[in-house]
Amino acid sequence: MDILTQQLFNGLTIGSVYSLVALGLTLVYGILHIPNFAHGALYMLGAYITLTLMLLWGVHYWIAMAVSVLVVGLLGVIMDRLVFHPLRNAPPIHDKIAAIGILLFLEAFAQLIWGADYRTMETPYGQVIDLFGMTATMQRVLINIGAIVVMILLFLFLKKTYIGSTIIAMAQNREGAHLVGINTNKVAMLTFMISGGLAAIAASLSAPINLVFPGMGHLVILKAFVIIILGGMGSVPGAILGGYILGFTESLGATYLSNDYKDIIAFLMLVVILSIKPKGLFSREGF
Amino acid sequence: MGSLLKKRGWIIGFILAAILFPFVSQNEYFLHILTLAFIWMIAVYGLNLLAGYTGYLSLAHAGFFAIGAYTLGLLTVKAGLNYWIALVLACFLTSAIGAVVGLVALRTREHFFAIYTLCVGYIIYLVIDKWDSLTGGVRGLIGIPAPTSVGPISFQTPLSQYYLILFFLLFTVLVMYRIIHSLTGRTFIAIRNSEDLAQTIGISTMKNKLLVFVISTFFAGLAGALYASFIRFIGPDIGYITIIFDLLTYLLVGGIGTLAGPIVGTFLIVTVSQSLQFLQDYRMLIFGPLLTLLIIFYPRGIVGAYHDWRMKSLAKKKQQLNRKQTYVHTQSTETEKKIKEG
Amino acid sequence: MLIETKKLTKTFGGLVAVNEVDFTIEKGKINAIIGPNGAGKSTFFNLLSGSYSPTSGRIFYKGKDITKLPPNKIARLGVARTFQTTNLFEQSTVLDNVIVGHRLRTESNLLDAVLRTKRFKREEEKCRDKAMEVLDFVGLTHVRDQLAVSITQEEKKRVAFALALATDPEIVFLDEPTAGINPGETEGLADLMEKMVEQQITVCLIEHKMKMIMALADKIMVLNYGEKIAEGTAEEIMNNQAVIEAYLGGDASA
Repeated sequence: MDILTQQLFNGLTIGSVYSLVALGLTLVYGILHIPNFAHGALYMLGAYITLTLMLLWGVHYWIAMAVSVLVVGLLGVIMDRLVFHPLRNAPPIHDKIAAIGILLFLEAFAQLIWGADYRTMETPYGQVIDLFGMTATMQRVLINIGAIVVMILLFLFLKKTYIGSTIIAMAQNREGAHLVGINTNKVAMLTFMISGGLAAIAASLSAPINLVFPGMGHLVILKAFVIIILGGMGSVPGAILGGYILGFTESLGATYLSNDYKDIIAFLMLVVILSIKPKGLFSREGF
Repeated sequence: MGSLLKKRGWIIGFILAAILFPFVSQNEYFLHILTLAFIWMIAVYGLNLLAGYTGYLSLAHAGFFAIGAYTLGLLTVKAGLNYWIALVLACFLTSAIGAVVGLVALRTREHFFAIYTLCVGYIIYLVIDKWDSLTGGVRGLIGIPAPTSVGPISFQTPLSQYYLILFFLLFTVLVMYRIIHSLTGRTFIAIRNSEDLAQTIGISTMKNKLLVFVISTFFAGLAGALYASFIRFIGPDIGYITIIFDLLTYLLVGGIGTLAGPIVGTFLIVTVSQSLQFLQDYRMLIFGPLLTLLIIFYPRGIVGAYHDWRMKSLAKKKQQLNRKQTYVHTQSTETEKKIKEG
Repeated sequence: MLIETKKLTKTFGGLVAVNEVDFTIEKGKINAIIGPNGAGKSTFFNLLSGSYSPTSGRIFYKGKDITKLPPNKIARLGVARTFQTTNLFEQSTVLDNVIVGHRLRTESNLLDAVLRTKRFKREEEKCRDKAMEVLDFVGLTHVRDQLAVSITQEEKKRVAFALALATDPEIVFLDEPTAGINPGETEGLADLMEKMVEQQITVCLIEHKMKMIMALADKIMVLNYGEKIAEGTAEEIMNNQAVIEAYLGGDASA
């Protein structure tokens, strides 16, 4: 029973990270229909920027994270303007290849600057605490709380502000949004900004319990794709729910099935889902 | 169906250059690099038929490459099978797995297909990496034999391997040329243009897509098997995502959906990376942005850009010719008029 | 009677796009389907060509039930169609674009292509000849060797006709064939449709240009909100109260 609660808590923690990454991915997909393979690289850069600020200048964890969010968000915007914007009317295969190009570049860039070594991030919240009879580090608790706070803020932003509602409007109907006078270019940039920011938050929160290295985004981004297919490409609640489902499945799978093969679970899940429903779990039959 | 290779001269030129190269340079290192490039070209051709001519971007092909390599490796090292039988089996096993994967994967489209195949590729990699008892896991598989002699011809020297792999490459190019310049090839291109339209002109899209997928994985498997017997050692990383990104870069630079693209792109990138040895780990600093820029400005790569440029200059010539003709024509009608009036 | 639908219905989610439509297409005539925007015309077309499968109802082609057939099999039976937007392979010549249209009447496979068998050569020839023939029929012989990217909008429409004709159809469905081209060119395409009927090819089209339809069509069906509100000759349609109301939006006498 103890192991089970411990694993459920682990699942919740991993799930929080997955959800944040998947949220950024799903927002970009929903609005621009770009499967942004470079999103994993943004995640990786988010962790490195926070780490560097803390190590080099002794910046406090939270401030370092805030800067990281800004920098990675801006990087997202630059990506949109330089690459995805010119490709808006190109065949769908082009977006994917361009995104892969960016991914390759950013990874090589990280390797050049920070080297290929695995690094660890110290956290001011390393202390072990007792939580309802199980032990966990404060950092893990923070990941969970942080993710939920971010999700609530994002929800409020999308639902309660005008600018947030334009994002929703554009996700539902791009041409329609354009017709009613929404500046679709601005919304696209904003979406990339948020998406990059979310990746940086996820990476900075989870880096202390994982390792930081140039290829750290690979598995996370692949799993995030699995999640948004699970939850419906472009769906915000779907990304959150899917993230937690995958987190729990993996955490339980690692304990009760095989730790070696836990990473396969996500991909098998996706292969099974797409085999049964080629357009994803929540596809609508369109006109 | 524009392509450089349509011009017979280019083909003959390429074959001659490839055959004569070892006579010009005795450098074993160059020979090694070129042989390796030929192997990649075979894999890129497989990818090109699927992504370039049929419009399905598969990110699982590094996995199929690895399946081909490991099948050959395991059959020769562990089962002690004859090399050539193992080679044939490697190709067929890869395409059989390709058929199963394709049957399901091809029901998805566009982004879903890319993500689906990406995941399939990753599963293949993970299985190879974790299935220690069969594949040797991260330690890899060593001692894969070189091709055994066929009659009097032995393949122990680098030079003979060079010609053997060149032979397979030429075979690949010939098959691709014939497929693309046939009704079957036209069928594939019709599917790339619009699947809905293809169906309404009576094309069974699923059947044809599956056919392409199987051919495409066949060549990925062939390339993998040749790689295994050429390098003599394989590890799980030959199935990793970075390999498919390399193949894509070769294809994109050369020209996706062109016949000469795989040769031009692979040759260029492989030789450039060799001369930029110091960049090895950082080559993606250059190739990453290159990939992105190409897809924005020259989506059909070097070969496509060259082809467009030729078409334009041809059209211009034609226009000039037309203008002259109309000029002559108007003049003559005017004279006729004058004659009549006069 | 070439094609007959019985209580053909298609719903998307809760929305009824086509509602219990009974319709017959007569052989060797120009049949037209008209109706206001969103009346379900395109959906109806997609049902007939097999692109959508109906929620309920049946479709018969020459008495044979084709309701469950996929579009490629329907095409083989002799049903061709064009789309509103013409997807041509622009980097290729007009002729190359049309050759594949006759693919469904050939047997040669991958092995034939790789080994260049006799059957391969014979069928390549056959498809090329067919493409030349239909390009001549639609009046495009002069642009045969041009790249598809360089021809005019009206010529692209004609290429789409040629591609459909290359399948050796008995009936051709045309989805707004004259959208986006000028009146003079529209007349040219109307002539082409009449020429097709002379060749014993039945035509069925969706069109917005009422004047053209009234002059051209032998038989017209009017759809509104997914339901058939009238069917008959041009004259009958023009005097039909329900049609007038649908088009003027409400009470015609007001």
